[in-house]
Amino acid sequence: MAQKLPRKDVAIIGLGWTGTILANELTDEGLDVVAIERGPWRDTATDFPISYAQDELRYRLQHELFLRPSQTSVTFRNNANQTALPVRNWGAFMLGNGVGGAGVHWNAETWRFLPSDFALRSHLTQRYGAGFLPADMTIQDWGVTFDDLEPHYDEFEYLCGTSGKAGNLKGAIQDGGNTFEGPRSRPYPTPPQKQGYGHMLFAKAAQELGYKPFPQPSGNLSQSYTNPLGVTLGQCTYCGFCEWFGCANYSKASPQTTILPVLMRKSNFEARTECEVTRINLDRSRKMATGVTYVNASGEDFDQPADLVILCGFQLFNVQLLLLSGIGTPYDPNTGHGQIGRNFTHQTMSTALGFFDKDKYNFNPFVASGAIGMIIDEFNGDNFDHGPLGFVGGGYLGQVQTNGRPLESMELPPGTPAWGGQWKQALRDNYLSTLNSGGGVHASFYSYRDNYIDLDPTYKDRFGRPLARLTIDFHDNELKMSAWLTDKYAEIVQKMGAKQVVKKPRKGPYDVTQYQTSHLNGGAIMGDNPGNSALNRYLQSWDVSNLFVMGASAFPQNAGYNPTGTVGALAFWSAAAIRSQYLKSPGPLVHV
Amino acid sequence: MLQMNKRQLLGSSAIALLVLSSKSLRAASVKGGLPWKPGSTDPPAAITPDGWKYFTPQEATAIEALVDRLIPPDPQTPGGKDCGCAVFIDRQLAGPHGRFDGYYMSGPFQEGTKQQGPQSPVTPAQQYRKALAALDAACRAKFANRGFVDLSNDQKDEVIRGLEDGSFKLDGTDGKKFFQLILKDTQYGFLADPIYGGNKDMAAWKMIGFPGAHYDYRDWIDRHNERVTLPPVGIAHHPNWSL
Repeated sequence: MAQKLPRKDVAIIGLGWTGTILANELTDEGLDVVAIERGPWRDTATDFPISYAQDELRYRLQHELFLRPSQTSVTFRNNANQTALPVRNWGAFMLGNGVGGAGVHWNAETWRFLPSDFALRSHLTQRYGAGFLPADMTIQDWGVTFDDLEPHYDEFEYLCGTSGKAGNLKGAIQDGGNTFEGPRSRPYPTPPQKQGYGHMLFAKAAQELGYKPFPQPSGNLSQSYTNPLGVTLGQCTYCGFCEWFGCANYSKASPQTTILPVLMRKSNFEARTECEVTRINLDRSRKMATGVTYVNASGEDFDQPADLVILCGFQLFNVQLLLLSGIGTPYDPNTGHGQIGRNFTHQTMSTALGFFDKDKYNFNPFVASGAIGMIIDEFNGDNFDHGPLGFVGGGYLGQVQTNGRPLESMELPPGTPAWGGQWKQALRDNYLSTLNSGGGVHASFYSYRDNYIDLDPTYKDRFGRPLARLTIDFHDNELKMSAWLTDKYAEIVQKMGAKQVVKKPRKGPYDVTQYQTSHLNGGAIMGDNPGNSALNRYLQSWDVSNLFVMGASAFPQNAGYNPTGTVGALAFWSAAAIRSQYLKSPGPLVHV
Repeated sequence: MLQMNKRQLLGSSAIALLVLSSKSLRAASVKGGLPWKPGSTDPPAAITPDGWKYFTPQEATAIEALVDRLIPPDPQTPGGKDCGCAVFIDRQLAGPHGRFDGYYMSGPFQEGTKQQGPQSPVTPAQQYRKALAALDAACRAKFANRGFVDLSNDQKDEVIRGLEDGSFKLDGTDGKKFFQLILKDTQYGFLADPIYGGNKDMAAWKMIGFPGAHYDYRDWIDRHNERVTLPPVGIAHHPNWSL
């Protein structure tokens, strides 16, 4: 029997990026807020200090900062004809755990989506005709526009101190920035980061080919910065231990470096760590949440009543908790009905390795940051004519090599033996002169009728709850896109002067053992009516009006960018609606 | 309740704190500031070279022979054995990694597609034990009762090539999978921070030109196409700190 606790105004589930943003916004309203976080407390000085943060084996290979599958995992299959099996150790994506969430270990690539990304189906249908899209592609408009979100992208970037170069200031195109971006109201808060040799060589080659390269927007800061909350971040040192690691320098934007020092001092906020929410509780009408049930580290159950529940977990756990709590209707791929679990997608990653003459090229790959790099955006979204190409979607192409960590830098020219003296010599000859660009082609993954999340019938977590079951595969549209984009990328690497270029387009089937970003999204998507979405345009549940669901689970499909900028913007957008509308008159914010 | 004024709200939270502080969940409650106490870090423990922790002496001899063919010595850089790759693997198998700690280990276990990933309940420590015994037996059967360690370098390479392509079979265990496992572990031992027992004297980092755990390259980001001249450092022996 769960022990009943005194009520709170707001219960937040998960204390990562969106949880800390919402907690800070709602405590500013004077509300009494509790955040319930599955993982431990994490702080720079104690969890990833400068004396041992740079430990590749511990953090990268053995996943020290991540959720461990023994705590909870997922099952996976490519299609409904297969039996889903559990992911026993993470591969295709990495899930954050603890205070700060994935904001601790991200690379801090801080992008905005294109204006057309938010009206995707309308835009593509208008330009190419409805028949151009595959019949089973279930992309749709977001119900929110770029213009709606612009002030909140700005808020997130100024919270983080993002380093970058504007390409479109209030409609005026700026040389040296991303000229394809939607109009921004003001420049980035800090100038772009410096770039290494490989990054600049890419920019030069891209320019010679007629493209307009620009520095990647980075949450690893080019200079120290004090954000509007009064929290100061330090200058990035290009240490090369960013993604998969916590930053010991206080120079990567994270909840720890931007919000928590302020939030934790507020008397109307409390964080409960190592407490896992097992259910969102509903009243008899099943239209209102009464609070949450959670289990603490000692295995004791608690009921935390709250007037407002904000679900801020990672994408797939948001979907799982909605399903386990009986909120909304589970998606049925056979009929297409039901919203919870629908439009699950990921990212379509590919690259081309460049092997260069070791006597002429020394890239010092270890001198890098997580969001360093030079990018071209000519082939993202609908920035180019898809008419003759027979696919939709796109991505950015970039030389974004983020590190030279040795265990991850063993790509050698094809034909090299896997071991022995020749292997050793090849490693010696290639380490400094190879571009092994992890995110060379970072492309969209649109949604399909048969890619979805439901509950597994067999495998359970440690509390006996069903694991989330992921059913996902690449479709021809994405594979065709990946091949085409990878060719374009390889042309640039060739132009840089590589003696050998090895193309690695994405091939199916989707493989849960191959890392391909942690950008899972969809499953509890936003939209303009309850017939096509789980959430309204303010991320409020259509079914339970005092429940808001943050995060990339709201994306109806993925764009060709990293998601965190948009996740942050949506969190501020939703917080503004709660503050300015919901608190004055609690109830549905959209009536249809 | 949400329409309460701020003063009322702050009052109600103070009460809540009193109630909560008497509960067992107090330890997990963080409130009123950033919790921090000195000495609460969790640095890695350096490996001490004091005997084998997992392998039997006989197994250890075989592992040393294997890692020294996977990464043979050459005039500039020691091989897998002298770099400590066998010690690295031994300590890994004796620790959490050898037990699949943190893995999802609930059944049922069944083989799936390649894309679904490994599904075996057999831990790395168990796999090594089984495979090393089977390797010894298979070598004795083929090479006139000589175990792997007693073979010539050419014969050792022939056996490893056979494991790699699946033609050299091991009894009761998958030799190809064992090859993939030991190759990966050997390379990790060769290239990981020396605090874990391999990469002795940072020999592998010197070989490839990786300066290690410096953590600050602001002086180098603009020096394009120049070889970084900083001497390599490991986590445990950085001039600016100690663990």
